[in-house]
Amino acid sequence: MKKETLLSTHNLKKTYITGTVKTEVLKGVDLEIHKGEFVVIMGHSGSGKSTLMHILGFLDIPTSGTYIFEDKDTKNFNEDQLAEIRNKKIGFVFQAFNLLPRTSVLENVRLPMIYAGVKEDEQIKRAKELIDGVGLSHRINNLSNELSGGEQQRVAVARSLVNNPLLILADEPTGNLDSKSTHEMMILFDELHKKGHTIVVVTHEDNVAHHAQRIIHIKDGHISDN
Amino acid sequence: MDIFLTIKLAIRGLLSNKMRAFLTILGVIIGVSGIIVIVSVGNGAESLIVNQVQSIGSNLIGVLPGGTEEGEPPVALMGVVITTLKNDDVEAIGKIPHVQAVSGYNKTVGQIVYKNRKSESTINGVYSKYPEVEDAIVTNGRFFSKAEDSGLARVVILGSAIKKELFDEGNPIGENIKIHNQNFRVIGVFEKRGASGFTNNDSQIFIPAKTMQKLVLGINHMSIIKIKIDDSQYINQTIPAIQNVLRTRHHISSPSEDDFTVASMAQRLATLQKITGSIKLFLTAIAFIALIVGGIGIMNVMYISVTERTHEIGLRKALGAQRKDILKQFLIEAVAITGLGGIIGIIIGVIFSFIVAFVIQYLGYSWDFIVTSDSIIYASLAIGIIGVTFGYSPAKRASSYRAIEALRYE
Repeated sequence: MKKETLLSTHNLKKTYITGTVKTEVLKGVDLEIHKGEFVVIMGHSGSGKSTLMHILGFLDIPTSGTYIFEDKDTKNFNEDQLAEIRNKKIGFVFQAFNLLPRTSVLENVRLPMIYAGVKEDEQIKRAKELIDGVGLSHRINNLSNELSGGEQQRVAVARSLVNNPLLILADEPTGNLDSKSTHEMMILFDELHKKGHTIVVVTHEDNVAHHAQRIIHIKDGHISDN
Repeated sequence: MDIFLTIKLAIRGLLSNKMRAFLTILGVIIGVSGIIVIVSVGNGAESLIVNQVQSIGSNLIGVLPGGTEEGEPPVALMGVVITTLKNDDVEAIGKIPHVQAVSGYNKTVGQIVYKNRKSESTINGVYSKYPEVEDAIVTNGRFFSKAEDSGLARVVILGSAIKKELFDEGNPIGENIKIHNQNFRVIGVFEKRGASGFTNNDSQIFIPAKTMQKLVLGINHMSIIKIKIDDSQYINQTIPAIQNVLRTRHHISSPSEDDFTVASMAQRLATLQKITGSIKLFLTAIAFIALIVGGIGIMNVMYISVTERTHEIGLRKALGAQRKDILKQFLIEAVAITGLGGIIGIIIGVIFSFIVAFVIQYLGYSWDFIVTSDSIIYASLAIGIIGVTFGYSPAKRASSYRAIEALRYE
């Protein structure tokens, strides 16, 4: 398989300043992720893995260093440009599922397409396909809070896919799931990987990590093992 | 962002906390319905007054007993009985130049009986010139003469409605009816005149002034004198002439000691109109204040909502919402909430205006139910402006949240 680079970082640093206290969370991260890869980032809490993940997903910006995404330096992107990249190029799956409460499965999955300006009938068609793909067509009109954790996370996966993103970022996607749902979730990621999606999963669970092609260990703001 | 989905979500969000929603939009409801009702009642009152001006005519002068303090209504209008105006005053006024016709008036309410039919009616004691003063036409029979008045004749002219009540379609001329247990002969019926202003002459009856004084009330004064001028351009010069005649007759040396008040009807109604106009303005201002307070309530709730939904805002931004999307969402919510209150307010306002008009019409006044499209357009405009104005700042705050920080907020 041809190894085309999707993104790369060089000497990426992130420092938080709380009052007068500086906390350096990322201390120079060099990383390259290729298209079609299934990568797991592992590390203990406080290791900086979530921060790295937020920067890779354009939710946060680095204090210094370069982040090249699709051959473009992302340094000078403004907030609305970042929003557009998140919308069209990134699919997020969060630990806390992060679905809109009191809103139907269908509407939750449609949400990123609404911001992308997709036509309504196209929105509904795509959303239905993807909800079907995660095996939840019978729950399509249920409110998100009526679903089990595993089901909610599958809705979140469907939502992450609606705008055909280049990169699926999952931050501890199984952190709130039981072992059965965890297993189902990982099978879902395996399927997506087989279909050619690029997937980056942040986790600290070994049984999640062994699904990946490549494991990046992060410790104290450095990549310790790649 | 899909506008209907946003409105749907906004209303669903509202309904998830019904009490709060109700209290939030209550201010708007009160403000909007207040504006609609006030404008409607104001227009109704104005039409009532205009009708009265037209029905009375602009060339009438009224004399009321009792003096007037500067800028205050005559005391006689407040139910105080003053007996300073006498029959001779009426005769003397009749001799002033440009006075075309003059009549003194006394009123009482009493039972009218014809055979086995009874009715409560206003009984007017008036002069023989009454039809000329009031532009009233006797269509059946005749009005009484001056001689009949002086001779205390027991004759009566009926308003068209009371005639119908007592006689149906029959001819009442020459029939006897009992007024205050005395027999009166019906000699005439007025044409249908319609309710004018605050009174409905059609349900009243008219007897000679002196008959009224001597045989019914046992008094020798007049409660009002109305004077018709031959041309309205002479009104302003005739008023002082009347005052002079009365002062001479009442031995009054200074206007401050006047025991009567002379004013043209048009003047009096203009004053009344001015009063209703300023009351209308005042009440509208209060309704607008209510609307603004309602708007502040909306702003408050929108701020609470933005804070409560910080995480949701973060999520929407993470999924690609731009600042303008979030701004739009919360603005639409604010406008939708205000609009909901506004629509309810308009409906309540229209219903309430209708009830007011219905009741007043039922009481026999010529009150028009007027809800102009203007007042609804202005109310809608006010709602929109209030929604945007008071929704903007919370929406701006929401849109300025940074995605990652908002997402971390629990």
